[in-house]
Amino acid sequence: MPAQATTESVEQVIFDGLKELGAEGEVARSSTFEELDVDSLDLVELAQIIEDEFGVSLQGEDVKDLRTVGDVIDLVVARSQ
Amino acid sequence: MREGCALVTGSARGIGAASATALAAEGWPVAVNYRSDADGAEAVAETIREAGGRAETIQADVRDPAAIAELFKDLEERFAPVLVVVNNAGIRADGLAPQLGDDEWERVLETNLSAAFRVTRRALKPMIRARFGRVINIASVVGPRANAGQANYAASKAGLIGFTKTVAVEVARRGVTVNAVAPGYVETQLTDGVGNGLLEAIPARRAGTADEIATCVRFLASEDASYVTGTTLTVDGGLSA
Repeated sequence: MPAQATTESVEQVIFDGLKELGAEGEVARSSTFEELDVDSLDLVELAQIIEDEFGVSLQGEDVKDLRTVGDVIDLVVARSQ
Repeated sequence: MREGCALVTGSARGIGAASATALAAEGWPVAVNYRSDADGAEAVAETIREAGGRAETIQADVRDPAAIAELFKDLEERFAPVLVVVNNAGIRADGLAPQLGDDEWERVLETNLSAAFRVTRRALKPMIRARFGRVINIASVVGPRANAGQANYAASKAGLIGFTKTVAVEVARRGVTVNAVAPGYVETQLTDGVGNGLLEAIPARRAGTADEIATCVRFLASEDASYVTGTTLTVDGGLSA
């Protein structure tokens, strides 16, 4: 069963995921993917981590306008409701 | 050996069956996928098991997106995550372009190209996570090369080669390789009745065997081929040289 998606749990999974993917520097809600040097393939992988963890599937249209870490967290929380 | 299995689509016979057998000999547990030939698939799996390998047959029409989702879910739950995919399932429906029906066009494109895309799309995500994966698309010398009467088949196979190259560059930095094998004339059920008069045009003066294609698949799936990606390995006895 997928984990319960609370803001805190999603934040934790995404922060950990980004570090695993080699994000540069400190990861915060306001960090942009550009600042973190997270590229499009990293985002694909992050989407897979999120899907495995919370059962929320993010497709191309969903992710193309995401700019910051907070954007992803909010989207995943909203989707899991 | 890695924790994973090899999925060969359309492997109840021909090049698919030979590829499944070759990958099993390499140590991969193999998912022998078939659409309608359950007996053929079971015979392939039995041959693999008799040789000491692991094999499961799994029915799925890869033209059906829902069946692909089910196929992967099933394999992941009761067999192993898919780390090697051979997109082999293919059909032909020949006719000169002026006479080619929409149905013949679409069936061939759907099976040979769209199904390979959907299988690959699903397979790549876990491969990217695993930092290892092998996608091998069975293309053809028909596509890069003309063959009157096969506009649909040629379009699908040329499309598969273009698809191979672009996907390869997208995922290369995750240790996932994507390549194509382009067989020439190989005697299988698919090429029944094609051979007449063709042998003269082949420098090797003979048809290829499914095993000669499978051995190339096995190489591309191996650790030895880790730096080979985005390429098409032509196996045609010199036909397109």
